[in-house]
Parts: sequence; structure tokens; C-alpha cells
Amino acid sequence: MNWLYKHRFLLTRRFTQLSIVALYGAANWWGVKFLQGNLSSSLLLEKVPLSDPYAVLQMTAAGAVLGANVLIGATIIALFYAVLGGRAFCSYVCPVNIVTDGANYLRRLLRFDEAERKVWVSRNVRYWILGLSLPLSFVLGVAAFEMISPIGILTRGLIYGIGLGATVVAGVFLFDLFGLKNGFCGHICPVGGFYSLIGRFSIFRVRHDQQKCTLCMKCVNICPEKQVLPMIGKKSGFVVSGECTNCGRCIEVCDDDALNFNLRAFKKSDA
Amino acid sequence: MSSEKVPLSERRKFIIQTLQGVGLAALGAVTWSAYATHAKASPLALRPPGAIREEDFVAKCIKCGLCVEACPFDTLKLAKAEDNVAIGTPFFRPRSIPCYMCKDIPCVPPCPTGALEASLVSRVVENNKKLDINMSKMGAAVIDSDQCIAFWGVQCDACYRACPLLGSAIVIDHSRNDRTGKHAYLVPRVVGDVCTGCGLCEKACVTEKASIFVLPIALAKGKAGKSYIKGWDEADDARLGEKDTKKDMTTKTPQSSKKAVDYLNSGGL
Repeated sequence: MNWLYKHRFLLTRRFTQLSIVALYGAANWWGVKFLQGNLSSSLLLEKVPLSDPYAVLQMTAAGAVLGANVLIGATIIALFYAVLGGRAFCSYVCPVNIVTDGANYLRRLLRFDEAERKVWVSRNVRYWILGLSLPLSFVLGVAAFEMISPIGILTRGLIYGIGLGATVVAGVFLFDLFGLKNGFCGHICPVGGFYSLIGRFSIFRVRHDQQKCTLCMKCVNICPEKQVLPMIGKKSGFVVSGECTNCGRCIEVCDDDALNFNLRAFKKSDA
Repeated sequence: MSSEKVPLSERRKFIIQTLQGVGLAALGAVTWSAYATHAKASPLALRPPGAIREEDFVAKCIKCGLCVEACPFDTLKLAKAEDNVAIGTPFFRPRSIPCYMCKDIPCVPPCPTGALEASLVSRVVENNKKLDINMSKMGAAVIDSDQCIAFWGVQCDACYRACPLLGSAIVIDHSRNDRTGKHAYLVPRVVGDVCTGCGLCEKACVTEKASIFVLPIALAKGKAGKSYIKGWDEADDARLGEKDTKKDMTTKTPQSSKKAVDYLNSGGL
């Protein structure tokens, strides 16, 4: 029971990640039209369009004048993460997260961190790739990141069969396992960068209570984006960085109830 | 000269670090664009009915798979890494599953972006736009007359019988078989302007590898251009008066750029 409680967000995330793919699959395999399409663009209950705002941005840069449905769909998704979820796409929706979390779990289990040579890669690489993807889309006349996106390859793969795309997913797994801790999701992926930017002011946040903190640093050790937790043990307050994925692992590993989800207060005095 | 180094200014450090990023980004951009240019080229891909021009299609398709999901025959697939078609975009291979030409074209209306355009496969009937699958231009069938056994004089009309526009998209031409002296050649001919590219003929073809096969319009068809007018066709003949036919209509090839007299005098003869 305690184990379940200690993994409540992790289990929720695996549940949402797998259910979303399962719903897409059910629509495609058996015609259960609850959620059709895939993460690029979908249709909820045969009515509500939902589209990937970053893909829409790239396609627009590529010169495509898009239909109203896909623009409405992209606005819905962008608003959802901007107002509520922050970067929750990465931890609650994206199936690549399961792959990279798997790599990270093996890393911890096999104590790779203690022996490997450190490779330093800036976490801002994702913003460079994000920035590069738009002019590249313009020049190539095609959504540039969508041509190589492991997220697209894996999501489509789970629904329609993956074929040689499996090598791309294996590449991401091996990169994260042997190459760089949290390498893909935490450094490279421009979708994470995109949601970090638009989710910067979202209201659903982790809050740290410094009074309760015993400085065990379990939260910092488990966090896939450590740079978002500079306040641990120093002062109470919200995790304000857009790079926090709201995965909730810090909350789960904390034995002192010093971290919890809360609605963000924008007034300083309430923090 | 003093051996003491002057510490770099913050501004200079910032510029150096930015340029480092630019340098790495340049390498990344070159690799990325080289791959993407190669990956988006799908010259042989057959697209769903109502697909816009290939260059626009790859820009406008969001790879959601709603057309694939709507296809009741599993004809359409989203391209995988090994398919040599822009990754994630829908296409079909008629030899495995052709397009069965649904009257209601279920694959077109779900497209959220306009990469599949209903107006390209609709005609106006009594002031209403009605979907008409026969207007689709997924490709055009091409016949290899060396390997098609009907051209050997063997009686086969599998493609003709399979064609949903039998008699207009594929017609049978007959001529005397001089080899036997008492039989006829009954050979299929594709009318490319009518052919929808559904590929039912390619699926039906009896030869080991199909001797009639669908290619994208851009590859399958030539273009006569404005210079040639069918004088016996009243509608086409009317073009004679049009502005664009009054321009210089001389055919220009590397050969024709030289005057005939120059050619005679240049000693090439």
C-alpha cells in the first residue's frame, strides 16, 4: 500500500501515457471512436479537434496554410498546457518518456553515474534545436522536426506498427542509458523546450515547504530536471521554471511532506 | 610584452559562447537538412484520393493517420522508416492493397489540415457539391508492353476487367496477329487522363511482377504543352485565338537554337 502511495504520480503517468496510446489504438484497430488520430492531431469524441501546436508552428513556417480544425486543435492544446499543465505533456502523455525513464531506472540500478566519464551537454540545446527547426522548416518546405521526431515515430509505431523506426527508439534509449543521463528528454528534445516556454506561467505547480525539509536531497537526486529545484532546503516556494514536467517524482520520494502539488500563487506574499 | 593575461570582458565571453552555439548549430543544421531533404522526397509515393500536389502535401500533412483509420480496406498506411516515403505520411501500394474507390471517399473528409482536399474529388450536382471518387488522380497506370502477355498475343484482359472505369480508363485495342495469321491481338491501353490511379489493374495483373502499374501523375504522364492544338476538336481549336497561343510558338531545343544554314555551313555535315 505504501509502495502504491510512494509511486502514485508515476503510476498515474504510466496510466495516462498508456491509455492515450491505447485509445488511439482502439480507434484504429476496432473503430472505438473515443480518441482518434495520434499525438500529431486527433479528434476527441468525433467532435473536438486536438493538434500538436509545435507541429502546426513548423508546418506554418514551411508555408502550409492550414485548415481551421487543426488551428483550433492546436490552440486548445497550447492553452491547456499554458494555463494548467505546464510541461506535463512530457511526463503524462509522451510515450518516449517511458523509454527514457526506463533507461534512467537502469542507470540508477546499475550505478552508472558513479563510474562513467562525465559528458557535459547544455540543457539549452533543446532551445537551439527548437529555434533551428523553424527556419529549417521554412527552407525545406516541410515540418523539419516532424521528419525525425522519435515521439512521432514511437507513437505511430505503437498504433500502426513500428518497423525500422524501432532503431530510432532504441537509439534514444541507448543514448540515455550509456551516453547522457536524461539526455534526450532533458537536453535535446525541442518539444520539451517548446512546452517549457509556453508552460512557464501555468498554475499547476510543485510547492516546497522549507520548514519541513530535512535536506535529504532525495528530490534533487530523482528529478530529471534538477535545475528547477534550486530552492530545496533554502526557502519555501513554488517551482517556477517552465522546465519542470510536473512529474511529481520529487513529491513521491520526499519522506517529510516538504513537497506537494499546489495552485501557483503569483503574489510574492502567498508563495 | 607583459605575460599577464587580461581577463576577458563579460561581453566578449558572451559573444564567444554564443558563437560556439552558432557553430554547433550550423553543423547540426547541415546534417539535419541533408537528412530531411532526402527523407521528404517520395517521388514514387501514391497518395490518398484528393491529395494536393506532392510538394504541398508533405508540408501540409500533419501525419495524424485519420485517413488511414477511415480507410475500410487497410489500403492506406502511414510511412515507416523503411518505406522510402516521407515518414508518417499516408500512401498505398496497389500490388498489396489497391484503392477500392469507395463512393463516399471516407478518407478525405477527416483530414484536419487540407492536405486531402475534398474539392479536388467533388463535382457540383444540382448546386450541391458531391464527392466523386472517379475524379481522383492518385496516379496513372502504365503498361510494360514487353512483359504484358496480351501484347504477346495471349488472351488476357485481367486489368481491363478489374478497372472500375472499364472501357474509359482502360480500353482494349485490337489488331491482326500476323504471326499466326488467324488470331487477333487484344491489348490494353490506359487512357491516362481518365485513369484515377486506384491500382485495381496492378493488383489484378497476372504476370509475376505486375506489367501494368500505377505511377504518380508527375512521373507517368507527359505534357504536350500549349504549342499543339487538336484542330479537329472544336473546343481545343478555339484555343487558337487565345492570347497565350499568339506568342512565339517556336519549339526551342539546343538543336533548334542554331539556324539550319549555320549548321550546313559549320562543316558538321
